Amino acid sequence: MKTNRRRFLNLVIGGGLAGWLGSVLYPVISYLVPPKIPEAIVNSVKAGATTDFPPNSGKIIKFGRIPVILIRTNDKKFLAFSATCTHLDCIVQYRSDTQQIWCACHNGVYDLNGRNVSGPPPRPLEPFNVLVQNDEIIITKPTG
Amino acid sequence: MKTIGQKLFAWFDERFDLSPVVEFVNHKRVPVHRHMIWYYMGGVTLFLFVTQVVTGILLLFYYRPGADSAYESLRFILTKVNFGWLIRSIHSWSANLMVFFVFVHMFSTFFTRAYQKPREMTWVSGFILLALALGFGFSGYLLPWNELAFFATKVGTDIAGSVPFIGKALLVVLRGGDDVTGATLTRFYAFHVAMLPAIFTVFLTLHLLFVQRQGMSEPEELQGLAENQKKSISFFPNFFLRDALLWLIVLNILLYLAVFYPWDLGFKADPFTSAPAGIKPEWYFMFMFQTLKFLPAHILVFEGEVVGIVFFGLAGLAWMLAPFWQFGSKRKGVSNPMNIIGLISLAFIIIMTIVGYLV
Repeated sequence: MKTNRRRFLNLVIGGGLAGWLGSVLYPVISYLVPPKIPEAIVNSVKAGATTDFPPNSGKIIKFGRIPVILIRTNDKKFLAFSATCTHLDCIVQYRSDTQQIWCACHNGVYDLNGRNVSGPPPRPLEPFNVLVQNDEIIITKPTG
Repeated sequence: MKTIGQKLFAWFDERFDLSPVVEFVNHKRVPVHRHMIWYYMGGVTLFLFVTQVVTGILLLFYYRPGADSAYESLRFILTKVNFGWLIRSIHSWSANLMVFFVFVHMFSTFFTRAYQKPREMTWVSGFILLALALGFGFSGYLLPWNELAFFATKVGTDIAGSVPFIGKALLVVLRGGDDVTGATLTRFYAFHVAMLPAIFTVFLTLHLLFVQRQGMSEPEELQGLAENQKKSISFFPNFFLRDALLWLIVLNILLYLAVFYPWDLGFKADPFTSAPAGIKPEWYFMFMFQTLKFLPAHILVFEGEVVGIVFFGLAGLAWMLAPFWQFGSKRKGVSNPMNIIGLISLAFIIIMTIVGYLV
């Protein structure tokens, strides 16, 4: 009888303590998770005039909050890919000497189709569409 | 005639009865033997930590966190504030030396087997201090908001993000969002100057209390000897003065490095530039960074980096728990299994670090 009462009290006090801890920790942990900030959805950006991009060069373009790499190949074609390396999130660059896309962080290499051809990247770079209208370059999100 | 010091002591003694402290200080002894030099490593680490606290507080007077102000405030410290360059350079150098001495202290404890019973908890608390010291290094590295730090943080937090199950949540909490932004900087600032110091102080206090309570560990060859065959010196003042002399030497080395090799500020971070060639983490993360670089994109069905992270996580855990699973052996030198494990770990760290700088 006496043990039962003790067990009951321990349960009530222990449970109360656990509840109290939970009610303290829950708001603290929720506080640490940053709130989602709504952003305008960007579907296309103007990257500038074609004359700004010499052949065999690349540039990082701000596409909303994502960096996109715009490349003008030797045969004057424009290509665009997500510039975020699929390995560990670094930003890639165009290597005019090898005509490949290269990530300096861990030596990841992609070809001009965005395919991961050597080094640690596990996936290809996501391609973006490039339109040229009246000498102005427009980058758009891939559809579908 | 009593000196002021004696009067003060008497005043406190009357109120707090200091005799146990006096007793303790008078009787604390340090064994003398050929591996004695390793006893100084913890003290040097502690000295460098105190240097970190002092210079860190000084930097706080001018540092302003934030993507638009951090780099600028650091440039102000380096170019306008009297001795600002010196304080910042000491803070950076002392951080690096501290991590170095933490490693020396840890491996010397491992190879002299001082982590064994009854000092398991000293070892575990020491390992936690090492992890916290690396946390200090990682969070502090971002605070100047320069290019190298920006990409190192991107990579480091992305690695945290590939921890199985909790990775994604961990990444968002560390970065304060999906990307490394000013929000990340604010968080790292909070980690670096408030959260980590608070936790560190608790474990450091425990670590030091354990050492004081148990006394210095004796190497195995001394444990069989009779008391009168063992040599020892008193901790206070003999060992303490040697400690102090070494601290003075370390301080001089620190000042030499800080003055003649001042730490660079680099270029301001820009989230829309390519990672510069030659990007490297701090040297003490190099061996892990280099290992990840060597791993192929996929190992079986897993991503290479996930395998690497799980491997380092488990290896670290095993290392921390070494006192509880260690292979007892009377063998000496390289035929002792624990020595082999220690040497392999040490060789792995050193080789991967060197390779990281050469490749």
